[in-house]
This record gives sequence, C-alpha cells and structure tokens, in this order.
Amino acid sequence: MMIEPSAWLLALLGGVLIGVAATLFLAVTGRVAGISGLLRATVFETGLRLHPALLFVAGLLIAGVLGRWLLPSFFGVAPAPPLSLRMLGGLFLVGVGATLANGCTSGHGICGLSRLSKRSLVAIGVFMLAGALVVSAMSALA
Amino acid sequence: MNPRFTSLGSFAAGLLFGVGLMLGGMLDPARIIGFLSFAGTWDPTLGFVMAGAIPVHALGRYLLRGRSVLCSDGQPATAARRVDGRLVLGSVLFGAGWGLSGYCPGPMIVALGAAPWLALAPFVALLAGLALPRLFERLPTSRS
Repeated sequence: MMIEPSAWLLALLGGVLIGVAATLFLAVTGRVAGISGLLRATVFETGLRLHPALLFVAGLLIAGVLGRWLLPSFFGVAPAPPLSLRMLGGLFLVGVGATLANGCTSGHGICGLSRLSKRSLVAIGVFMLAGALVVSAMSALA
Repeated sequence: MNPRFTSLGSFAAGLLFGVGLMLGGMLDPARIIGFLSFAGTWDPTLGFVMAGAIPVHALGRYLLRGRSVLCSDGQPATAARRVDGRLVLGSVLFGAGWGLSGYCPGPMIVALGAAPWLALAPFVALLAGLALPRLFERLPTSRS
C-alpha cells in the first residue's frame, strides 16, 4: 500500500465535502446529484436556460478553473487527460456505460450507496471489477 | 422553494463537489488506476473519499427524509428496482473505460474547467458516449 497520511486525510475531507454537496443539491432541487445524468441533461435536454443541472455543471467547471491555480498539486502529471486513443476510447466507454447503467461514480457510488440501493451496490461492484481487470490487462501488456 | 435560492444552491453544490473531487485525488488518474490495481500496489486513497462521502450523505438523506427524490434527470427514483442486464452491461463498459482513462464524468468536467483546450477532445468523447445509447432506444429507462 502506498499512501501518505496527508493524502488519506485530504481524501476523507474531500469525501465529506462531496457528501455535503450532494446533500445541498438534494435539499434545493429534490434531485440526486448524479453527474452523468446532470451533464447529459445540460448538454442534450435542458438547453442553456438556468436549470439546476446547468448550474451544478457550471460549479464543477469553476472548481476546475480555481483549482488549477489554487490546488495545482492535485492534478497529477497533467491538468487534463493527455490526448491518446486510450483516453478517447476510455471516456467514450465511460459515457456509454453511465447512460446504460443510469449512473456513474457519483449517482451510484455516493448517492446510491448512501441509501443501500441494490442496483447501486451491483453497479459499484461491477465498475470496480471491470476496472481492475482492465488495469491488470494494461499493465500485463505494457 | 425560491428559484433564486435553488439556482444559487445548485451552483454552490457543484462548486463544493468539484473541490471535494480535487482534494480527494479524483483529478489524478494515477490514483484512480492505483485504486483499481488490486493485483499490484494498491492505492486505497479513493476508499477514504467514499468513507467520507457516504456517511455524510446518508445523514443528509436521513435529515431530508419524507421529501420526494427525483433522479438527476428529473425521472422518479424508485427505491427497489431490479438488477437487469442493461445495468450490468453498462457497469462493465463504465468500469473498463474508467480503468483505461482514469477519469469518470465529474472529474472530467473539473478537468475541462482547469485546462479547456487539453480536455476538449476527451470531454467530447464522453458526451458522444453519453448520447449514443439514447439514439438507439426511446424506451422507458431503468433507474439507479
């Protein structure tokens, strides 16, 4: 295991902020803070009116703008995915999978698991298993 | 609820969620791939993100109990829906893409804000993926 104490404390704090954010969104809109659904709604459904989905997505974007300057060490080697076939194909699969599964890491992982949804438990188990298999396969091929 | 309050709250929730993702290490694809490396040197950091988020949100759900809850796209969220092939297939594809790229949708949006030009092509690939299944089906969808 490779983890330094500051990293797990920050991760725990980050998780608490995520939990508070999802609760705030639920409190003001009555909706689950499932990011794949909110992004799909913003781009393909609600258009550019000031819908809660658009404003939530805008908040995430502004967090990135500010984070680039205030928290640069949290971005790994690059602030955004490096351009490669693996990256483009991977994100395309993330999109298809999130739509078919009706949720991604936020909707199933945070919101679904918080209410012990059976579908979300299955989704998270399968996400992690498929991800682990792909990561092992990639490291075996590398 | 006052629409201005709803708008401000939605924006603040997105901002706070994004900061949480950054602090949690979700913008570092090496951490995501490390978390999925059960066979190699496992990096448990993202487990702490879940450990922070889930109890807090479970408490939030408890405090907001009795309120009706909709899915993010406005469809009703029915609590007990069965596990079907569509959920499993979608989860397999999502997990594979997550392992390949190290990004899920939330961090991808934050990355677009951090470095718009670098992130544009992968962001468009994500949008294409999100839209594709909807082009083939106009069926009522199952819910998380």
